[in-house]
Amino acid sequence: MSEQLAVEAVDISKRFGARWALARLSFGLPLGRSLLLTGHNGSGKTTLLRLIATASFPTAGTLRVLGHDARTGRDQLRPFVALVSHASFHYEDLSAAQNLSLSAKFLGRGGEPKLVAELLERMGLSERADSPVRQFSAGMRKRLAIARLLMKAPRVALLDEPFGELDPAGIKQMEGIIRELQGQGTSVVLATHLVEQGLSLTNERLHLEAGRKVAPS
Amino acid sequence: MTPKISLLAAAWLVLKKDWQIEWRTRARLTAIIFFSLSTLLLFSFAMGPDVTTLRAHAPGYLWLALLFASVLSLGESFRIESENQALTGLVLTPVEPRAIFVGKVFGNASLLFVLSLVLLPVTVALYDVDLSRDPLRLVLVLFLGSVGISAPGTVYSAISANARARDVMLPLLLFPVLMPLLLAAVSATKFTLQPDPQEQVDSWLKLLTAFDLIYLSVGFLLFPKVAEED
Amino acid sequence: MPPFVPLTLLALVVAAIIAHVASPKVRPWLWKPVAALGAVMLVALWYLGLVWAPPEQFMSDVGRILYVHVPHVWMALIAFTLNVGCAVAYLMKKSWVTDALAESAAEVGVYFGAVGVSMGSIWARPTWGVWWDWDPRLISTTVMLLAYVGYLALRSFTEDPERRATWSAVAAILSYVALPIVWFSVRWWNSLHQVQSSPSTVDKPMVQVLRWGAVTMLCFLYVFVVKRYEIARPRQTAAIELPPLGLPRPEAA
Repeated sequence: MSEQLAVEAVDISKRFGARWALARLSFGLPLGRSLLLTGHNGSGKTTLLRLIATASFPTAGTLRVLGHDARTGRDQLRPFVALVSHASFHYEDLSAAQNLSLSAKFLGRGGEPKLVAELLERMGLSERADSPVRQFSAGMRKRLAIARLLMKAPRVALLDEPFGELDPAGIKQMEGIIRELQGQGTSVVLATHLVEQGLSLTNERLHLEAGRKVAPS
Repeated sequence: MTPKISLLAAAWLVLKKDWQIEWRTRARLTAIIFFSLSTLLLFSFAMGPDVTTLRAHAPGYLWLALLFASVLSLGESFRIESENQALTGLVLTPVEPRAIFVGKVFGNASLLFVLSLVLLPVTVALYDVDLSRDPLRLVLVLFLGSVGISAPGTVYSAISANARARDVMLPLLLFPVLMPLLLAAVSATKFTLQPDPQEQVDSWLKLLTAFDLIYLSVGFLLFPKVAEED
Repeated sequence: MPPFVPLTLLALVVAAIIAHVASPKVRPWLWKPVAALGAVMLVALWYLGLVWAPPEQFMSDVGRILYVHVPHVWMALIAFTLNVGCAVAYLMKKSWVTDALAESAAEVGVYFGAVGVSMGSIWARPTWGVWWDWDPRLISTTVMLLAYVGYLALRSFTEDPERRATWSAVAAILSYVALPIVWFSVRWWNSLHQVQSSPSTVDKPMVQVLRWGAVTMLCFLYVFVVKRYEIARPRQTAAIELPPLGLPRPEAA
């Protein structure tokens, strides 16, 4: 039964224009386990994460997340899946606090008074809570995106190069957050160039090359 | 899966969010107002100083100025959503795309409505119109017209925001569809500013309302196809 | 020609287009007799329109352009309706066939519309002294024409095939919905201003020639749409093939 699998991809392919970003990919990730996604730039990592997040849908094949078909079950899935990726989803002209508080209200948690403040505190953004995101550095934007993911407390966490813009302290904090999510039973899919680090944090590995699954060299 | 908040509540949040952003970037708003003022003045220069002609055609000038301003404001409305893929972020939160549509339409419409009110005293100064004849209906026409521009405008703006040549794509797609709206809005405005012997104004108001309802419904149905992939 | 003939033929043409699209057996040969018929009717139309039909009471010989102007406008509206039907069908169930047919119908519609509206302008000038006529059919066709030029521009500016199909379908529906609104508002405006509407040709022989013109143009509509569809379809086929199952063979080291 696919309920046992957090993510189940059966022969999925994704095309953009004339280019196949993902080609006939199949894999499964059991519930509560963590997957390391590796591969060069352009190998399809970001595309795959966006498919699992239901931001995009496979051109062919079947993708199931938490037992639901990604395309037809998207409304059931979205509350339980969160993505931190290159596109931060922030509104540049709103402050960090306003951005987070907006998400909180959409999640029906607008009534929790300390929620936003605590998350900002945890991610080290309290001092700049009221500055517009436009003035944020890349690292701060990433931390804000992670704060949003933590607020959602998803069952499947999708992290696309989360260490990218972070300093060593930030990287340490990120590792701690990943372990915490894993401790809560969240299934994690982590895409990163830092292979050693990634291997220490995950149980399984999927290496992509030109959109296909290959054995890592 | 029951959504956490209702569609109307989500639409209201989207609307407030847009108002917040407009307020925070109010320099841009001011620029649009001055752009519209310049447009109105340009019409006076183009048409010449004959006050009788200017007064007669004032409704046309007002609505044309609003139309041109709408291209700017509609374009901006989705530029903020494509920066950082914020629209996708909303959809994944999850927020129902239909709620986003309703929120954005009324956000755009309220902006145009406020702009139209700001332009009214200018039309008095430039074209010598009489606002006191039927002010309530005038305000109603301005509101219905603003909604009428925003309903198809929001859908087309979402499409153009991601297309190439986006600057020209929006007016190219939007203007043909707005022609009947322009006719109805200008005619209705005319009869709130001038005598209405055949009592036409209510018929034009009905046409405006019909346009609004049709495009709100069609937009409501079709916007999800544009907001996310299928 | 009895009055029901053009409408029956319209239904037949739509059925034929669908048959052409759906059945590969019909495709190679059906268009040929229709094209031949159209060509023959066109030649006959020249004679009928320029020689046989009596000159119109008020417009004299200039009015003869109506025999091609009016059918062109009708064909444009038919083509746009076909396009919007395909748009709705595509949004309900994705299919490249529907998308290709939509594209073909839009282009053919823009052709007929552009020619039809230009002819209308040529007719209006000697008749009314101006290059334009505030007639509901003409205005609606012009608005549709502009909207569909935008539609074609949108299609050419969108690279991803699925997005192109979805977005242009949405744009088509939004544009088409304006048609009845434009029609009605122009008619209402005319009735208020007591504007002379285009004289309808009521003379028996003139109606006959008009119907003949309509049927001629229907033949051409069919041929243009199916031929254009045949250009659109192979362009898409390249896009829909799945990548091969195995990895391509690695180059020798």
